[in-house]
Amino acid sequence: MDKMNWLAIAPEILLLVAALVVAMVDLWVTHPRRTPSYLLAQASLAVVAWMHAARFDAGETVYAMQRMVVADPMGHLLAFFATLAVMISLAYARPYAAPRDMLKGELITLSMFSLLGINVMVSANNFLVVYLGLELMSLSLYALVALRRDHAPSTEAAMKYFVLGALASGFLLYGLSMMYGATGSLEISEVFKAISTGQINKAVLVLGIVFVVSGLAFKLGAVPFHMWIPDVYQGAPTAVTVLVAGAPKLAAFGITIRLLVEGMSGVAQDWQQMMILLAVASMALGNLAAIAQSNLKRMLAYSTIGQIGFMLLGLTPTVVGTNTVSAANGYSSSMFYIVAYVFTTLGTFGIVMLLSRQGFESEQIDDLKGLGKRSPWYAAVMAIFMFSLAGIPPTVGFYAKLAVLQAIVATNEALYIWLAVIAVLLSLVAAFYYLRLVKVMYFDEPTDTRAIESTGEVRTLLSLNGAAVLVFGLLPGGLLTLCAQAIVKALTS
Amino acid sequence: MGLLSLAIWLPIAAGVLLLALGRDDNANAVRWMALVAAVASLLVTLPLITGFDASTAKMQFEENLVWIERFNVHYRLGVDGLSMWFVPLTAFITVIVVISAWEVITERVNQYMGAFLILSGIMVGVFSALDGLLFYVFFEATLIPMYIIIGVWGGPNRVYAAFKFFLYTLAGSLLMLVALAYLYYKSGGSFDILAWHKLPLPANAQTLLFFAFFLAFAVKVPMWPVHTWLPDAHVEAPTGGSVVLAAIMLKLGAYGFLRFSLPITPDASHQWAWLIVALSLIAVIYIGLVALVQQDMKKLVAYSSIAHMGFCTLGFFIFTELGVSGGIVQMVSHGFVSGAMFLCIGVLYDRVHSREIASYGGVVNTMPKFAAFAVFFAMANSGLPGTSGFVGEWMVILGTVKAGFWLAFLAATALIFGAAYNLWMVKRVYFGAVANDDVKALTDVNSREFAMLAILAIAVLWMGVYPKPFTDVMHVSVTELLKHVAQSKLGG
Repeated sequence: MDKMNWLAIAPEILLLVAALVVAMVDLWVTHPRRTPSYLLAQASLAVVAWMHAARFDAGETVYAMQRMVVADPMGHLLAFFATLAVMISLAYARPYAAPRDMLKGELITLSMFSLLGINVMVSANNFLVVYLGLELMSLSLYALVALRRDHAPSTEAAMKYFVLGALASGFLLYGLSMMYGATGSLEISEVFKAISTGQINKAVLVLGIVFVVSGLAFKLGAVPFHMWIPDVYQGAPTAVTVLVAGAPKLAAFGITIRLLVEGMSGVAQDWQQMMILLAVASMALGNLAAIAQSNLKRMLAYSTIGQIGFMLLGLTPTVVGTNTVSAANGYSSSMFYIVAYVFTTLGTFGIVMLLSRQGFESEQIDDLKGLGKRSPWYAAVMAIFMFSLAGIPPTVGFYAKLAVLQAIVATNEALYIWLAVIAVLLSLVAAFYYLRLVKVMYFDEPTDTRAIESTGEVRTLLSLNGAAVLVFGLLPGGLLTLCAQAIVKALTS
Repeated sequence: MGLLSLAIWLPIAAGVLLLALGRDDNANAVRWMALVAAVASLLVTLPLITGFDASTAKMQFEENLVWIERFNVHYRLGVDGLSMWFVPLTAFITVIVVISAWEVITERVNQYMGAFLILSGIMVGVFSALDGLLFYVFFEATLIPMYIIIGVWGGPNRVYAAFKFFLYTLAGSLLMLVALAYLYYKSGGSFDILAWHKLPLPANAQTLLFFAFFLAFAVKVPMWPVHTWLPDAHVEAPTGGSVVLAAIMLKLGAYGFLRFSLPITPDASHQWAWLIVALSLIAVIYIGLVALVQQDMKKLVAYSSIAHMGFCTLGFFIFTELGVSGGIVQMVSHGFVSGAMFLCIGVLYDRVHSREIASYGGVVNTMPKFAAFAVFFAMANSGLPGTSGFVGEWMVILGTVKAGFWLAFLAATALIFGAAYNLWMVKRVYFGAVANDDVKALTDVNSREFAMLAILAIAVLWMGVYPKPFTDVMHVSVTELLKHVAQSKLGG
């Protein structure tokens, strides 16, 4: 029981070593595109992803580091997707970062460290480990956002992100300390036991939950803790925005499940109401505010808030007694939603970076004008991403919405059915601004007719990304089953 | 691969191929390939007509594969007497659309043809899907190509029209998605439409489901008062887009009533029939009057479409065999007639670039052959006996007499309004003296245009004179449907 079990955390150890090696190696790299360090990083990330995939296949739940961390299918699956997301982000970011003097060793190393934080978080079994992972990820991201030192908006965004992020971390830590006070343990499974046996101080616990949920809502970017998202998305260099918008969402989902579900499903009624409010507020504000944006990155930021709201809906069904069916249904649909969302978003930012070039940032929605004529292929790929975000079949985004809707309708409670109706009406609002991008690309005349420069790597990857959104839209079964397996294991262990 | 799968995926595959390979410098090859693909897609649907067994209401040409295991979603296809005719009709209209665009569309030809071929396959999918989610996926997927068609090749106000079209339809169908999720839960985890038909449901659940479906389908039909997207979409869409919209897409909504609303929520359907009948009559009478005052030919035909579709919904919700069959006949007939009406407007528009009635006058003098067709289709549109337009309306009116004389009387006034707005338009556009230099310079239809109008004229006449093949096919299915709807699903 109290073994260290180093083998269980081998992927994280490998990632740590690789990040350090890349940092060292990069000191000797003079190549302007950082090819040696980039390839080394991608190769080690690929190994990490493969290790998580193989372990997910084995389906075992192993505790390690004296029960500080748990290596279970959900952790492996989320870590696998997060690693994949970082690999894709780096590949999209490299051609963008190189001419802007941003492609330094730091970009690669820091993104590997933020990934390490993510992977630690999703396999945490202890409040302190959650916090450690969170800080490792956040600090790396703060630094990444500020990577362009001579660029005032980036610096401003980094400051906002840092100050608000530190506040949220404080919330979370404060909440965790109350939960420790109420239950007498920092270990998530012990907390769960303490709550289910009823030997707790309920008042302190509930107060703690409020702080924890606030902290998590900040990390997820749910309303009313969303203020940093538009500024950071817009202010950060797009190469970093893609890193902030991708893998960290998976981590935030992961710790929400770990803390609220695995730790505190016994007091689910208390946090569910907050989830419902967060979800509805996020969908309403995110989608309505997105309409008014003319800056593409800012619009995508508000759309993220709306999407997170929809995802949170899936976390609202409860474990009824020992019956975990409807809860598992809901959580796995949320997981599917977040995975689908992350990979669609990566592609979207990939296109945004593709359209930028030396001395020109493609940031306005109008910069997409006439893309259908300039480059029918990229326009089609972008249209697929937009339809997926809007939830129109046959794209993966549709099944994400469907999965969440059926999960909340299956609770058969009037409240949830009305929630479903509100959710679909607000996604109608969302459809408007996603369609507007399609409109700009196809219906408007191009104002800029220069050819789009792209490297073969990015071209292939973007095409694959678009194809994946479409293929998982036609055959979503496999991914749905994977998420369900992971969640069922997490709930029953 | 089954016949229905072929009818769905052949045009889609051809469309994707055109999108991938076509350029504007090989436009001619693209046109021919599109025509070959459209004709081939029509040919594969013919065995449906010849092989259809009209003596049973069971689903035929069924295909069933597991699609998404986790949600128990099946790739399940099949047609019965209610849906069979719409599969060949869709493929047929696509051929006409490809021909109609031949010389007219010169920009992004491959995308235009590709979009219509893909749309054709998707619409066949809607008519043949027997799985609720599969139906929904096809139903929604029709929006994407149509949005692009209106927005890229449409008129000056196309962006507004494209958005209005997309968002109106999406608003209705998203609520249907919630209804589908609810039915999935209620039926113990199944998306099988035929199983839903047998599912007992309490009264309030039926009412909610009924209205969720009602919104989705009423927008699509479109019924008054959610019809306002249609005139905009029709006016701005290119000719092919208007043809497909009127001929097929409106039928998706009417078909939805038959496949979902009536059999899944029979009690609520009976309870709320008065509402549908009232809205249908408003569409028939009020929209008929609105059509009368239009200055724009496309708008006139668009409003007349709404009025004609009112007959379909009226027929469905009076629960008599004549009414329901009449509604379906009206759907098929309207597919031919409205398609032809829009093609006629397209022929004029290609020459003069105006849709205003006032820009024309005396067209018969310069385009005698074309005027003959146009007048014929206008007659069919006003329900002249001997044309297909008469059969459906007459059946619905006869069926309505059983429900109440005054209802039938009100419905029958449509024939008068129909004659009024059609004939008045004919008089102003085609007859009289040559009005201006534009009309003087008109050249009569070429062989391509002649061919496409002639094919449609034959179809309209054939259906008007000898509608038996159409009504025979649907007879048993309609009887079964009515028997099913008459049974209460409450309590059981």
